[in-house]
Amino acid sequence: MTLLRETATTGLVEIRSVSKSYGTHEVLHDVSLTIEPGEVVTILGPSGSGKSTLLRTINHLETVDRGWVSIDGSLIGYEHRPEKNPAKDGPGKLYELKEKEILGRRTQVGVVFQNFNLFPHLTALQNIVEAPIALKRLSKVDARQLALGLLDRVGLGDKADAYPRQLSGGQQQRVAIARALALQPKVLLFDEPTSALDPELVGEVLDVIRDLANLGTTLVIVTHELGFAREVSDRIVFIDHGHILEVGTPAEVLGNPQHPRTREFLAKAL
Amino acid sequence: MTSVLGRTSTTHALPLEHADTTTGPIDFGALKVVPTRHWARWILGALVVFVVAQLLFSLFTEPGYHWDVFAKYFFAPAILRGLGLTLLLTVVAGSIGFVAGGVLALMRLSKSPLLSSFAWAFIWFFRSIPLLVQVIVWFNLGYLYPTIGLGIPFTTEYFIEFQTVSLISAFAAAVLGLALHQAAYSAEIIRGGILSVDAGQLEAAAALGLPARVRVFRIILPQAARSILPNAFNEVIGLLKGTSIVSVIALSEVFYVTQVIYNRNHMVIPMLIVAVVWYTILTTVLSIAQFYIERHFARGSVRVLPPTPIQRARRWVRTQWDRLDDAPAEKTTENGARA
Repeated sequence: MTLLRETATTGLVEIRSVSKSYGTHEVLHDVSLTIEPGEVVTILGPSGSGKSTLLRTINHLETVDRGWVSIDGSLIGYEHRPEKNPAKDGPGKLYELKEKEILGRRTQVGVVFQNFNLFPHLTALQNIVEAPIALKRLSKVDARQLALGLLDRVGLGDKADAYPRQLSGGQQQRVAIARALALQPKVLLFDEPTSALDPELVGEVLDVIRDLANLGTTLVIVTHELGFAREVSDRIVFIDHGHILEVGTPAEVLGNPQHPRTREFLAKAL
Repeated sequence: MTSVLGRTSTTHALPLEHADTTTGPIDFGALKVVPTRHWARWILGALVVFVVAQLLFSLFTEPGYHWDVFAKYFFAPAILRGLGLTLLLTVVAGSIGFVAGGVLALMRLSKSPLLSSFAWAFIWFFRSIPLLVQVIVWFNLGYLYPTIGLGIPFTTEYFIEFQTVSLISAFAAAVLGLALHQAAYSAEIIRGGILSVDAGQLEAAAALGLPARVRVFRIILPQAARSILPNAFNEVIGLLKGTSIVSVIALSEVFYVTQVIYNRNHMVIPMLIVAVVWYTILTTVLSIAQFYIERHFARGSVRVLPPTPIQRARRWVRTQWDRLDDAPAEKTTENGARA
């Protein structure tokens, strides 16, 4: 499967010693994970385990208390300015990025949400062209062309002028994926993309994600669809109570889990 | 005609059949439907018709209305000028009020505690003072600060600007009073609208890297508009009528003008009716505008937009027209059945 993929050169995600607490409740505890360019990684874990929080730190939708996240070597939310003389003055300082720079770096990462979060007052097409036009990446004509192409790709070429409420859940999620793709992100995050869908609509969304997996974009997926995770992932991460307990190929983690918590979780889920 | 006969015969045939057999399934679809009679509704309806008829009757027969005086003054130049001032006050104070209200709403939602508490205090203060009192205070501010100039620190530019107009004109006092009052109220309405937008929308906008200006004006406000608009139109209509308060500082808006005229000619009621009718006309125009603007912002939140009154009227006429064709046929059926 990995061999079939185009060789990706961008989309390296590094998560280093990340901790995060809400009040006294620690959601992430010293989490480290490296995701290679073009890799498809699924994060599994019981609810409240911190998997969604971990995913959201990659796009700075959640700030971290300790540790850092970077994409292709550039830090999320901060800029590292080294001292002129590191031997004498130390390794330098981290400067908080301005809003504008944060937004710029965010466009490298697309997010697909559990509840789609399409803009309800805009049509499917307008949802997709909004960001490329607002960020002056494309002209209106080019953005429209791109959006129509993306809608075709997710099988909704005829729904360009429909408002989100006129679409089924599965169709809305496919528009949301097209919207995330419009900025040509290096990394795509999926936060339980099928959890809000009726069972018979799950398949159409998974089909689209499966296609993306073969195109060389780095994908990080939080899901409860174990069968899909097994089929599409290069690696699976199991997380519980803010700790990464297990990382490995689907065969390793799903087929031969080492940690008792993983075994317990899989026994319940299967 | 044949279909009519056919229908008549079926209504006849069923009871006969069952008189004989009493068994076998009844085809309920073919039976005649007797509508429920809503007696209470009819009686109350008649009562309402009576009250309205009595009112209309007195409108036309009671001499105290002096419709000739009403007609004479309705389009009088003084009244129209007063109307112009009423509209000007509404537009100016309304625009300043809503823009300032929008800024205050964003300030209250800001992460800066300084900005949000300033906005809170502003809203608290200007909501606490009755509009009437405020207008009179602004009008008499000259007593308090007769010599305020550019040199004094800690005053806002706004303040200095109207002081330099040398002790505030009545118009400036009216605009200030109405606008500040309006700003405090619309700030809360706009904030409520913004809060009603799902948090996921902001998150999605942020994840797409949309700049703050786009997030506010393209994503949040158009969605907030749906819950802002009904209240905002309430406020605009309230403001339009509220302008009558500034008659206390002798500003010649439409209500002040009517008062001046009836103090001279003693035709109190007809002159008041002039004001009543004009206010009604203006609020009616606003209500119609409200319908269409709300309909515009309903895009996406309903699957099919509700029909406009014109579309509804056209549809009603069409169905009535279609029924005209049916009506005689139904009558014959009934007659036929009875015969």
